[in-house]
Amino acid sequence: MKTVFSKPKALTNAPLHYCPGCTHGIIHRLVAEAIDELGILGKTVGVAPVGCSVMAYDYFACDMVEAAHGRAPAVATGLKRAMPDNVIFTYQGDGDLASIGMAETIHAATRNENITIIFVNNAIYGMTGGQMAPTSLPGQVTQTSPYGRDVSACGLPIKVSELLASLDAPYYIERVAVNNVKNIRNAKKAILKAFKNQTENKGFSLVEVVSTCPTNWGMTPQNALKWVDEKMIPYYPLGVYKDKGAEEKEDK
Amino acid sequence: MKDKVLMKGNEAIAEAAIKAGCRHYFGYPITPQTEIAAYMAKRMPKIGGTFLQAESEIAAINMVYGVAACGLRVMTSSSSPGVSLKQEGISYIAGADLPALIVNVQRGGPGLGGIQPSQSDYFQATKGGGHCDYHLIVLAPASVQEMADLTIKGFDLADKYRVPTMLLSDGTLGQMMEPVELPDVTPVKVEKPWAVTGTKNEREHNIVNSLYLKPEILEKTNIERYERYALIEKEEVMYEEFMMDDAEYCVVAYGIASRVSKNAVLKARAEGVKVGLIRPITLWPFPADALKKASDKVKAFVTVELSMGQMIEDVRLAIECKKPVVLCNRTGGMIPTPEEVLESIINLAKEVK
Repeated sequence: MKTVFSKPKALTNAPLHYCPGCTHGIIHRLVAEAIDELGILGKTVGVAPVGCSVMAYDYFACDMVEAAHGRAPAVATGLKRAMPDNVIFTYQGDGDLASIGMAETIHAATRNENITIIFVNNAIYGMTGGQMAPTSLPGQVTQTSPYGRDVSACGLPIKVSELLASLDAPYYIERVAVNNVKNIRNAKKAILKAFKNQTENKGFSLVEVVSTCPTNWGMTPQNALKWVDEKMIPYYPLGVYKDKGAEEKEDK
Repeated sequence: MKDKVLMKGNEAIAEAAIKAGCRHYFGYPITPQTEIAAYMAKRMPKIGGTFLQAESEIAAINMVYGVAACGLRVMTSSSSPGVSLKQEGISYIAGADLPALIVNVQRGGPGLGGIQPSQSDYFQATKGGGHCDYHLIVLAPASVQEMADLTIKGFDLADKYRVPTMLLSDGTLGQMMEPVELPDVTPVKVEKPWAVTGTKNEREHNIVNSLYLKPEILEKTNIERYERYALIEKEEVMYEEFMMDDAEYCVVAYGIASRVSKNAVLKARAEGVKVGLIRPITLWPFPADALKKASDKVKAFVTVELSMGQMIEDVRLAIECKKPVVLCNRTGGMIPTPEEVLESIINLAKEVK
């Protein structure tokens, strides 16, 4: 019998704990497919964050390390410097990467550390029950911005891809989304590229994935996907923000 | 015998670490320990090692966590305010049962404090430092030679017990030069089947982690770790006794304070006071039994510390408050003179007959 669909080898059989309609599951699968397709499962080491995906170490079948909140890029730096032939990735949310871990993120990027970062931006702290994130939209209601994000007091959201692309060093930065089939296919391409870059020693690759949080956004999964289209993507435009590989090709 | 070389304490730590097989160093500049980073920056690239100046002490300790997770010997160094920043990472390293060496070349505080030597991080080093139930093995060198020897010992102990080890030094020992003999080391080989080196598609995945959401499992991991701590307390206590055979009074001091105290003991002996010195070399595990034994025969104790009095609490606990314990101290970067320590001993001998 011909197999037309199967679970990637890079995922374990552990049942995911994510809420119904959350897009973490899709992103996990895309990461796992990329690892499978590149045949790097045996030499990949992942770093799980603190946040909703804290237990990613149970879901990915490669060796895994659990990092302190925000410190994954520093832990990944240690892993990569210790074992340069291994493929090291971090999987981080917006609070982890863009708030408490911003210093580690920027400095790993500016060292062009040869690691892959999957940055999941759903504009909220999910694990702790829906607090304002550095990427929460202006006016967005959360537990800690109950009257809506007040930009006069809390400032404006951080656009991580644009920020990191302003650095000279990093190799590849792209923002994608997983709210419809077309976007998922693009996200897959970007994630695959971010891993492939590392296997070719190109350097720092980060894919920002605009994601959902139906539970803490207070929406049905369908409405959450719509909200990504109507609110998130206009604020966080999808696209390639830096691709030194493409720039090199153009120069030739 | 090997040739002796004249080295700064900080440099002796760095070279000894390399001898012990450490090929990864992560640090951030802070006085008075920066010579360690500078030495590593020069040496590591020449021997295929990694020197990386991290963006912060927080990042440095997490890079240490990453290398330690791969099962390789790794270290970081800092001084008091920087070591405070590392505490989060140290707790994670302890919680994930990873071996690593952390060097603290202490300076005066609290806050930004000063850059002169101090021993006021004793509580932080010996009682845990970061959050929750854990200990570090804490080694306290008192000479440039011991800076080297205990660095090597620190790596071995960390590997043997899967416990992070701290070398608790101070600005004097870091900056002063003494002749030192750097031994050739064959690192104790320890199997590390838990390391995250990649499954090579040959085994189940390894997970380096300190998260246990089920409290009964977390409790179990803590109890198992404390069983290892109990073994360390039984097997690894180190201390030096100096002129304790006939002593009626006992000075307790470690690190640079013990060097000053030895002079004071000799001066007091010359004045007819029978005094000796117990110098803890491991601050955790603390040489409690040696002190308890001493308390059976001496009349009183004096602890000499470069702090407002921290180790004195462990001395009182060790001797179960059976004999008086007084404090002779300077703080904020000041060091007591042998005469000040002598005065404390003489006064104690007068008060407690």
